[in-house]
Amino acid sequence: MPKHDTPLLDQLESGPWPSFVTDLKRMAKKKDQCWDILGQLELSFKDKITHWKHGGIVGVFGYGGGVIGRYSDSPAKFPGVAHFHTVRLNQPSSKYYSTEILRKICDMWEKRGSGMTNMHGSTGDLVLLGTTTDQLEPIFWDATHELKMDLGGSGGNLRTPSCCLGKSRCEWACYDTQAACHNITMTYQDELHRPAFPYKFKTKFSGCPNDCVAAIARSDMAVIGNWRDSIRIDQAAVKSYMKGDFPSNGGAHAGRDWGPFDIQKEVIDLCPTGCMWMEGDKLKIDNSECTRCMHCINVMPRALRPGKDQGATILFGAKAPILDGAQIATMVVPFIKMDLENEFAEYKEIIEKAWDWWMEHGKNRERIGESIQRIGLPAFLAIMEITPIPQHIREPRSNPYVFWKDEEVEGGFERSVAEFRKKHKM
Amino acid sequence: MGYDPENPMKDRITDIGPQHYAQYFPPVIKKNFGKWLYHEIIQPGVLKHVSETGDECYTVRVGCARLISVMMIRDYCDIADKHADGVMRYTTRNNVEFMVDSAAKVKPLLDACAKHGSMPVGGTGAGVTNIVHTQGWVHCHTPATDASGVVKAVMDELFDYFTSMKLPAQVRVALACCLNMCGAVHCSDIAILGVHRKPPMIDHDTITAVCELPLAISACPLGAVKPAKGINSKGEEVKSVAVNNDRCMFCGNCYTMCPAMPLADPDGDGIAILVGGKISNSRSTPKFSKMVIPFLPNTPPRWPETVAAVKNILETYAKDAKKYERVGEWAERIGWEKFFEKCNIPFTDKSIDDYRLAYDTWRTTTQFKYTSHIK
Repeated sequence: MPKHDTPLLDQLESGPWPSFVTDLKRMAKKKDQCWDILGQLELSFKDKITHWKHGGIVGVFGYGGGVIGRYSDSPAKFPGVAHFHTVRLNQPSSKYYSTEILRKICDMWEKRGSGMTNMHGSTGDLVLLGTTTDQLEPIFWDATHELKMDLGGSGGNLRTPSCCLGKSRCEWACYDTQAACHNITMTYQDELHRPAFPYKFKTKFSGCPNDCVAAIARSDMAVIGNWRDSIRIDQAAVKSYMKGDFPSNGGAHAGRDWGPFDIQKEVIDLCPTGCMWMEGDKLKIDNSECTRCMHCINVMPRALRPGKDQGATILFGAKAPILDGAQIATMVVPFIKMDLENEFAEYKEIIEKAWDWWMEHGKNRERIGESIQRIGLPAFLAIMEITPIPQHIREPRSNPYVFWKDEEVEGGFERSVAEFRKKHKM
Repeated sequence: MGYDPENPMKDRITDIGPQHYAQYFPPVIKKNFGKWLYHEIIQPGVLKHVSETGDECYTVRVGCARLISVMMIRDYCDIADKHADGVMRYTTRNNVEFMVDSAAKVKPLLDACAKHGSMPVGGTGAGVTNIVHTQGWVHCHTPATDASGVVKAVMDELFDYFTSMKLPAQVRVALACCLNMCGAVHCSDIAILGVHRKPPMIDHDTITAVCELPLAISACPLGAVKPAKGINSKGEEVKSVAVNNDRCMFCGNCYTMCPAMPLADPDGDGIAILVGGKISNSRSTPKFSKMVIPFLPNTPPRWPETVAAVKNILETYAKDAKKYERVGEWAERIGWEKFFEKCNIPFTDKSIDDYRLAYDTWRTTTQFKYTSHIK
């Protein structure tokens, strides 16, 4: 028997998209708390406002993150969700699971929590929704001992790194995103679990400029696969595309008749730099003009591949609007190698240099992108010991207000007004 | 065995990090790691990856509500056990993927998904994939709207675009239930964003107990919060803050720092629609989403205004854009004045930026198009 009437939520049980309401109701038959989730959500649907209280600091011994406290503001009505904390589990790189481990997680969560999850949270963690304070230590014990899984990050720390699926199932990955994500997560366990930063710090690993894990939009430090040599061309496959033997864009447009494939219109004319042309039936690319946008490779995956000299571009400072407005990440290091053999040493040198500075100079709740904006990109490049190059900008400044330094100007800033007055009377 | 509350530190394990990913690879993935040559989408929701070894990997992508029970996860596991070597994965857009190593195994897998009833196959290529979203009213303390409910309503309406590939390009729809944007909607083709429209209230009864006043004051990016005396419900004067309402842009950051400054409100809260963002560097550079509808009301359970607005933008784009053109690229090609006209969206002052760097978005040229906006 339903514990609460949910006439509004019931309307979300119809329609073709999977219904979380139907799923919650099914779970409620086994876990009584789920009735109270439904009841409280129904009340929110009626009142048009959340019924979760602000904050609440809970966690496990020795960690400063990984658990987010949550309390109902109507515990008498909904005792099952009076306290209903979130647990973040650190997902394996690119979220592959055996059913064996998933079933173990399910059993643990049915025993110790509400049975509800987010697969996955926006930062990538496997999110377990809803448990009580007294269950937190047992959950942490079960997670580490039985599941061999650790908590993820929350608060002012390194947030759980995440990556695209990389070389495991993609032909475009320019480095092993999964190995990088795993190695960096393991290296910085302390930074992940014990908040020491001014605010959150996200790092994400994408294998190519298509950026399937949205690193450029969401990470304080984005690592996006890139290459420095020439796009590899299979001219026979180019011909096959032109003959219509292969579907363009991997068949992504199959649902509509766009007419026969036209390499001029669909590839060459859409190249942002105009660096491609046909010579007879051969496709030519002036690679020195190429900005590696991926469009031609996306359209003809069987004919074109990224070059062989592969690594990553490092960008800093992406974030959503809170506080200073949204930022897309700024390109800081054009190219580094991303090698497991040296444990991603170049990456680590960069991230540690940035952290050292930001931990000392970042203000409370200031993302590193905001710190960089506050001091300016030239100052940040100096801190990172990076020589400014035109690749750092979209265009040069159009205002003349240069912050010259004392030592940069002949004779310095110190001058005698008395000497000045000898020639220039008031 | 298990946790002993008498000896909480006994046999404690910490900082073991995530499980190693490679142990969960399906056999065909493990064998062909780093050797993939190309891929094709053989039907909506079904990918074929071909390796230089000649091996093939077929992936079936299934739409998932993200807010799911362990019972639903076990349903996925049953299918993976029976059809996909006991392995599955989740995408960054919260779809489930099953992988098999031969074409012959695809049909039984698709049949099993169809039989389940809540496992729609799609989300590939030039279509709409799963809506990335946040928690909303179901589990968050700062939302201005719900998340799962709005997404369910929108995806029911866009379902045909999830299971087909008839758009000019992929369209990424995302929802964030407040301006914190855990859902990273700020670079999405179509973004559904929960917004507040009323300044915070001040609870003088609790503010000194639950808030660090300097943090609450410095939390405001516009300096709208200042120290002030307040009068609590007993008539006593307490140290508190005051809000300059004219300066407030309703970001909610003060509430994040100070629970005694709630701003959520049934009438004040609702949804803004932003469009034209992208993440990929393909052709044009990554772009922010731009606000085209500043406010739509919260109307549970099915948010008809929001659903209609999203569908209208999507279908206007689908009719008008060129092959490969993302929503933002289309809007920039035709010009935003045409975007508003073609989508029949009323233009208001709310779409003219007056926050930081606003000038970058104002028109500084005589080049404009005559549309119905010029009377």
